[in-house]
Amino acid sequence: MARTHQPISAYDTLQATDVGRRRFIAGLGASAAIVSSGSLMRPAWGQATLNVGVLLPTSGTQAFIGQSCKLGADIAPSVLPGLGYGLPIRLMHADTETNVDVARSRAERLINEGAHVLVGAFDSGASAAIAQVCEQKGVPFIINIAAAPQLTEQGYKFTFRNFPTAIDLVRNGLALIGDIFRATNTVPRTAVFMHVNDTFGQAMAKGIGAILPRLDFLPFKVIETISYDPAAKDLSVEVSKAKATNADFLMFVCRLNDAILVRREMVKQRWNPMGIIGPGNPGMYEAQYYAALGKLSEYSISNVPWYNPKAPLTHAIDRAFSKAYPKEKLMFHALNVGFTVEAIMIAADAYKRAKATDGKALAEAIRQTNMSSRMMIGGPIKFNAKGQVEGIQSACIQNLNMRPTVVLPAASAQAKLVFPVPGYKKA
Amino acid sequence: MPIELVANVTLAGLLTGLVYGLMALGLSVIFGVVRVVNFAHGEMMTIAMYAAVVLFAAFRLDPFVALFPVAAAFFVFGYVLQAGLINPFITRPEHTQFMLVLAVAIIMVNGLLMAFGPDARNIPVDYALDSFIVGPLLLDTVRVYAALAAVAIAGGLFLFFKFTGTGRAIRACADNYLGAKVVGLNVKKYYALTFGIGSACVGAAGCLMVLLVDVTPLLGPGYTLLAFIIVIVGGLGSMPGALLGGVLIGVSEALAGLFFSPSAKSMFSFALLILVLLFRPQGLLGKRP
Repeated sequence: MARTHQPISAYDTLQATDVGRRRFIAGLGASAAIVSSGSLMRPAWGQATLNVGVLLPTSGTQAFIGQSCKLGADIAPSVLPGLGYGLPIRLMHADTETNVDVARSRAERLINEGAHVLVGAFDSGASAAIAQVCEQKGVPFIINIAAAPQLTEQGYKFTFRNFPTAIDLVRNGLALIGDIFRATNTVPRTAVFMHVNDTFGQAMAKGIGAILPRLDFLPFKVIETISYDPAAKDLSVEVSKAKATNADFLMFVCRLNDAILVRREMVKQRWNPMGIIGPGNPGMYEAQYYAALGKLSEYSISNVPWYNPKAPLTHAIDRAFSKAYPKEKLMFHALNVGFTVEAIMIAADAYKRAKATDGKALAEAIRQTNMSSRMMIGGPIKFNAKGQVEGIQSACIQNLNMRPTVVLPAASAQAKLVFPVPGYKKA
Repeated sequence: MPIELVANVTLAGLLTGLVYGLMALGLSVIFGVVRVVNFAHGEMMTIAMYAAVVLFAAFRLDPFVALFPVAAAFFVFGYVLQAGLINPFITRPEHTQFMLVLAVAIIMVNGLLMAFGPDARNIPVDYALDSFIVGPLLLDTVRVYAALAAVAIAGGLFLFFKFTGTGRAIRACADNYLGAKVVGLNVKKYYALTFGIGSACVGAAGCLMVLLVDVTPLLGPGYTLLAFIIVIVGGLGSMPGALLGGVLIGVSEALAGLFFSPSAKSMFSFALLILVLLFRPQGLLGKRP
């Protein structure tokens, strides 16, 4: 008898269904295991890694400071997860070589290689070049440190700055100079103003020229202004000119290498003014200044944005910094590291809210940033219509016992201000 | 403007200019005899500066003492470079010589970057910040010592070329290549010797220069250009001319910074160069062709 097709029984159907269901459930379980197998639970939108291009002068005349900033950039990925930014972030480093043209070409290269946002560049000239590139390409650019006012005055939609402008630096710096004189009951009548002749130095000089005459509470006049090439190898002529003015103190807008050269030259030429005061510039609080000059670095004063040693973010960064660089101390790199980590944090925060790596979406998200947790002294990180964060304060930092020490405002002072400096002698 | 200020600045420029002159002397000697323009001149000096830094770091050797072994090493280096690499290009078109030496310069710069990184270095000798006071004049100690050493070395070189048999032979090769060969001089050997001597000058200049400026790998090209300006102003192939050119450039830079703007120092060096090229193209102490 030929076997005919037997109808599939209900049981068989059920068996088949069960096998299918089991397979389905097993597959579902496997998928869930795969999805959750990473160290982070990635939301569906965040599959893409945020590529952050970091442009810094790690060679050239600003190499020391650029490398100091890079220390901050390199620890940022380890700090961010603890702050709630457990997002995939990849840093893409590029060296601007302290050269504006190189900065421009490196920015273009990073964008071509897939950078979704750029961070940098310490130098105002380089930052201006990068801002142009980012505006053309529609890629957000978050400035970590650069003070030239025009960076956020040109109407760029993709440039954002979490650092004071030169005007703010000068205003805060000059106010602190007045505080220095009041705190020490001194009345210097004259100052000689030396400044580096690059984009930043010129912006600061312009700001001082505009603001100083309006500040009646400051008792001194600038009797001579001496500018110099930031790449100069010998500043003996400039120091001779400054010494010949017989000014009471030196107001000094400098970088790092030139600060070291000038200080050495002052000793050689036996020029001991009441003090050296930087009204809002880098150089005299950097690690290399202490290393190169030793005791000669003492008493130099810098009125600059500074970090809040009590902030939770400072503690988090300090832990990561100490672990990554056991031979370094955060206090010698705090300004550079702080602003650089904050810039990358802004990028991560924007990515978290934008849920996209598209330039316009990121830029819009950055514009809506409102972060109260920060390392640097000042208000929340919140951009105005021009892409500028306002309210970043300065502190008076004096080199005491070979470390940068807050001496003003009094409420935050770690030690007593010394002015005039020991050995002060009119030229 | 106080007269003491002008005097101090002028003197500082003069002392620096003497060290510049020693640096340029090597270039002048090489070009004057071998007729090869050493576009790696500044880079060679940078290597010498790093050699002095390393010797100080390792053995606490003062640069004035390190000058001797460094100059000797550079003599050997220059001799081998000329005999092995540059000699075949002597009779080739000048643009190939230029490309060769330029390539050597680029290799040197990048080699230094790889070895030492981009950070500036210096030699913190005990007397680095000292100065002599002579009436109203304040003289930087290291600048004075470096200038005296530069004059001594230049003087020794002058005596060598004037009064020794080898020196006279080298001058003969420079004056008349064919004639020197005809009388039996081994011109190739003297060319290599000359390159060695010029390189030794550069080595010595580097040991002195590191006392005046901090060294970075990218220092070379600027000093190559400066050496050319000095040699052209002083006269190609003229040893006294190189020293004179160095002094003129040193003083003009210093006074330009004082009376005009520190940022305009280089401008005056180039202005001096243009004036010399216009009115005395063979250089101040050079011979007319």
